[in-house]
Amino acid sequence: MVRGPAGGKGASQSRTQWFDLLRAWAIHHRSSAQDSLQRLLTNAFSSVMTWLVIGIALAMPVGLSVALDNARSVGSSLDSPAQLSLFLRPEMSLEAAQRVQDILAQRADISGSRLVSREQALEEFQQLSGFGDVLSHLDSNPLPNLIIVSPANARMDPETASLLQADLQKLPGVDRALLDMEWVQRLNSLMALIQRVVMALGAILALGVLLVIGNTIRLAIENRRDEIVIVKLVGGSDAFVRRPFLYTGVWYGLGGAAVSWAVISATLWWLQGPLESLAVLYQSGFRVQGLGLGGGLQLLILGALLGLVGAWLAVSRHLTAIQPR
Amino acid sequence: MINFDRVSKRYPEGHEALGEVSFNIDSDELVFLTGHSGAGKSTLLKLIMLMERPSRGQVIVNGQNLKGMAASKIPQLRRDIGVVFQNHQLLFDRSIFDNVALPLEIAGYQRREVGRRVRAALDKVGLLAREKDMPITLSGGEQQRVGIARAVVNKPRLLLADEPTGNLDPTLSAEIMRLFEQFNQVGVTVLIASHDLALISRLQYRIMTLRDGRMITGAGDG
Repeated sequence: MVRGPAGGKGASQSRTQWFDLLRAWAIHHRSSAQDSLQRLLTNAFSSVMTWLVIGIALAMPVGLSVALDNARSVGSSLDSPAQLSLFLRPEMSLEAAQRVQDILAQRADISGSRLVSREQALEEFQQLSGFGDVLSHLDSNPLPNLIIVSPANARMDPETASLLQADLQKLPGVDRALLDMEWVQRLNSLMALIQRVVMALGAILALGVLLVIGNTIRLAIENRRDEIVIVKLVGGSDAFVRRPFLYTGVWYGLGGAAVSWAVISATLWWLQGPLESLAVLYQSGFRVQGLGLGGGLQLLILGALLGLVGAWLAVSRHLTAIQPR
Repeated sequence: MINFDRVSKRYPEGHEALGEVSFNIDSDELVFLTGHSGAGKSTLLKLIMLMERPSRGQVIVNGQNLKGMAASKIPQLRRDIGVVFQNHQLLFDRSIFDNVALPLEIAGYQRREVGRRVRAALDKVGLLAREKDMPITLSGGEQQRVGIARAVVNKPRLLLADEPTGNLDPTLSAEIMRLFEQFNQVGVTVLIASHDLALISRLQYRIMTLRDGRMITGAGDG
């Protein structure tokens, strides 16, 4: 069939052409993908170097975020539900303390309370502190009665907790209301900070990966300048010229992501033994969580996308500059 | 097939490569374009392929006015034009077969059809037996024939050649010209730029002559 001048063609003809175009498009996608992969494998050394660079750059933030997820799961297993301690005034009797407990029991935002009498507290303190002998010399028990309050919402945010704390402080006979979740808050804000750092690091390194891929593609374009000129001369469209380079970028990104998956898995495998024996010492049921299949696939998709975007940047910047002269 | 109407081309640095050139080439014609180097032959061919755009005037190719043709339409225009270059412009990293197949690949032909057409084109230029070889193993004349096979494999209606015999001895040059005549005889419009006056004046075709960017003979009825 001669692809001659336009006009004089029936509807069936143009539908055939439409199918032709679609088929040509599919064929070229397949051959671009195969051909660009073939080229990478032919230049195995430089391709492996590029894959390693990308893999290491991706492994840093992804590995840190895996570590962070693990730390968070340790944190949440340690994290006993937030509690408030109400120290009652010294003159309050045990009966008065029980009346405070009755008031607490009616509140919807409190799931329970436990009364620790000053005698129990002293006993516990004697046992645990090792100051038993000293305490027995005291004339009177210096400890107040204590009510330990469990909020209905064990994971309330810090503001709500402070409000509840202020509220309970106003109850009759309460000397001080103490919030026992400050260390959890500190841990959480530390985690939030580390997460920000990991995200910033991830953004910087992702930019680095983009630049590495972009530069590699730029070199590939330079190497194939003659070919690009000839393809444009015999009627190759910009998309046709662009396609193999975009696939090259995808292969670089995918390979780099696979490398980083392997690096992270190997590191975790290496750390797993020591970490879990440490966990046993702390009587924690902690187990190291890896990327998992889903996480790994996400990493591969991320890598492929970075490769595509990096290649696109390089191609749109450099291909239009190459015109037959 | 090709119509130039008072076409001028002035390059940004001020050099006027073509001035007020008008001519017409009908379908099925074979026309030679001659002149000293620098007379504007290459510029004229580049205007037909939209490798350059005219500063003034109008170019019509294959019924299409090239004025204002969008960049995205240029590939389609070029697919309908076969081009032969003086320096062959072959790709040395792939076989002769793959070089000739390139325009078909771009147009999206199926593999079986590509094979059939590439072998027909290579057969026409007498290189069917070398399809699996690399271009580097060919002589200059053979490389030029591969270039011609690539130019005609898509069965274009228009064939352009820029100094196709520039580096060849007279015997090989005559062979190449005979190939162009054969394509012309099956209905392809052929425009050949050549400064080899001795060769082209022996052949009985119209000769257009450029001197310093002006068309001085052979403009026809355009």
